[in-house]
Amino acid sequence: MKKRVSEKILMKGNEAIAEAAIRAGVKAYFGYPITPQSELLEYMSAQLNSRGGVFLQAESEVAAINMVYGAAGCGERVMTSTSSPGFSLMQEGISYIASAELPCLLVNVQRGGPGLGTIQPAQSDYFQAVKGGGHGDYNLIVLAPNSVQEMANFTYLGFDLADQYRTPVLILADGALGQMMEPVVFPDYDIVKNKVDHSSWATRGKKDGKQHVITTLHIEPEKMEIINNHLQEKYRDICDKEIRFEATKTDDAEILLIAYGLSSRIAHHALELARDEGLKVGLFRPITLYPFPYRQIRALTKKVDSILTVEMNAGQMVEDVRLAVGEKVPVHFYGRTGGVIPQPEEILEKIRAISIAPQMEKIF
Amino acid sequence: MSKSIQSVQCEHLDKMDIVWDRPDTLIDVPMHYCPGCGHSVVHRLIMEVVQELNIQDITIGVAPVGCSVFSYNYMDVDMQEAAHGRATAVATGIKRVLPDKIIYSYQGDGDLAAIGTAETIHTINRGENIVMIFVNNGIYGMTGGQMAPTTLKGSVTSTTPTGRDLSIHGHPLNIAEMIAILPGAYYVTRQAVNSAKTVRKTKKALLRGFKNQIDGKGGVSFIEVVSNCPSGWKMTPLQSNKWLDDNMLGTYPLGDIKVPEKIA
Ligand SMILES: Cc1ncc(C[n+]2csc(CCOP(=O)(O)OP(=O)(O)O)c2C)c(N)n1
Ligand code: SF4
Ligand SMILES: [Mg+2]
Repeated sequence: MKKRVSEKILMKGNEAIAEAAIRAGVKAYFGYPITPQSELLEYMSAQLNSRGGVFLQAESEVAAINMVYGAAGCGERVMTSTSSPGFSLMQEGISYIASAELPCLLVNVQRGGPGLGTIQPAQSDYFQAVKGGGHGDYNLIVLAPNSVQEMANFTYLGFDLADQYRTPVLILADGALGQMMEPVVFPDYDIVKNKVDHSSWATRGKKDGKQHVITTLHIEPEKMEIINNHLQEKYRDICDKEIRFEATKTDDAEILLIAYGLSSRIAHHALELARDEGLKVGLFRPITLYPFPYRQIRALTKKVDSILTVEMNAGQMVEDVRLAVGEKVPVHFYGRTGGVIPQPEEILEKIRAISIAPQMEKIF
Repeated sequence: MSKSIQSVQCEHLDKMDIVWDRPDTLIDVPMHYCPGCGHSVVHRLIMEVVQELNIQDITIGVAPVGCSVFSYNYMDVDMQEAAHGRATAVATGIKRVLPDKIIYSYQGDGDLAAIGTAETIHTINRGENIVMIFVNNGIYGMTGGQMAPTTLKGSVTSTTPTGRDLSIHGHPLNIAEMIAILPGAYYVTRQAVNSAKTVRKTKKALLRGFKNQIDGKGGVSFIEVVSNCPSGWKMTPLQSNKWLDDNMLGTYPLGDIKVPEKIA
């Protein structure tokens, strides 16, 4: 195939995910409207049926995730997208999908909560995303883009990881990333070459004489434990191989900012302001929130004097940062909640305060 | 395999005659159902139909959460086990990506008419070309005999210890009549499995439902089977079959509710 010159397109983050998914050969999309992700659903409704797939608006997020289960169980490339309240509704289904080891892509374009909350961007579903969310011992691979370009890139990556590990992958974005327009280049993607053969387990009709069953019921505890051991082994493998992160100006940093997604962009702006003042600030951005880069953050404690975690929530990822760091260096937190986006100047204020008094904050 | 049904069938026959040979599509293992439970009969009928229509290698079934959760251990077709109430959403997902395959869902009354009511209505309203099999035993068998949406007035269950009181617990839900008005419902029928005669009729209805799907008729073929739950009802199998006749059929009358020929 001739290499096409990739062109830059101005797009919303939500649309970039939809377009990338179609280019990645998504066979079915099931979803339900909710702000601020509806552009994704609408893009799919306009495009997917004429580009080789099936779009279906479900009657609820509960139905949507179970449609994903059914279609993924046939070995097809499938996805759904939603925003926070809808993602809560999907949790039982996601637990089933993880247990049955069905590859699929999930997208949560987060909004502020709890409750019906606000339609403004937030990062307050971190715990739900990385600690399981539904019932039982399972994890999702969680990818946290911070640009429209990464919304597209991680869609391809998400499908590939889902296929490779037979596990649901979540893109954890937020309302700002979903709504903002930025130029995006869609990388070439060879659907045929990247296709993983799922015929050994998928339910497509009992062709080869062997019955295929998708189930998550293993009534004898010993058998259920074997399934759990297998899942845990897979998660360990994922933790070994799939950690992704980005480190900026960490070489000479005394204060290390840790932030992901949209807040990593704001933190980066704060870093520049602080550097202008002569403050040695670095930025560490986890790209995979599961697996979390514990070791990489821990390694940085040898260099830095203190850490400031910035999030759009009341302090969630900071718990993982503290887990990584222990007592080695003080870990501070700055966050805004309810859909309020932290401003670089607010973070700079906090950086200045830490540079004067870097001692440990009281956690409780 | 249900002993009581077998003995009813064999009573008057020479012991040497093979009258109930197992279809190849039914896996040759003992079923976990209580003696006399209607689930086992319905399983067998579905598999007979799959065998007769020669569709074993293109059929995908969806099992519910309920006593029939393990039906994939008996029905020798590819199957998916769905979350409680979501069987028809799962079936929709399958049918939409594999439209040429034959898809059926199998659900109890709690699964289809309580927790999964939204999925039931919308799957039918979309006119998914699938077979929905609804085993109505008027109780939550699997969880130990609690009230179901279909539990009859006055019936004692473990959550209606003084009987179902309509003013408190609401009314038995006639879901088949409800969904029959939807344009997406192609064929709606209510049958039973408490006698040789009703079993034969249920088989006919199933055959018709699967044929509808093979012929690509638009819409759901909805086959309700009024069934028993000897354990939940605290009866012997024979008592339960009689009780079904005397009590269930008043609220859930048997027969076709919507037949394609009559639509036009
Ligand atoms: C989300 C959820 N809620 C509740 C249950 C518990 N549960 C399992 S089966 C069942 C009722 C099944 O009754 P029915 O659908 O009538 O099937 P039957 O056993 O009578 O055939 C319930 C409430 C569950 N497994 N999942
Ligand atoms: S509890 Fe009732 S429905 Fe369940 S297997 Fe026993 S008799 Fe059948
Ligand atoms: Mg029941």
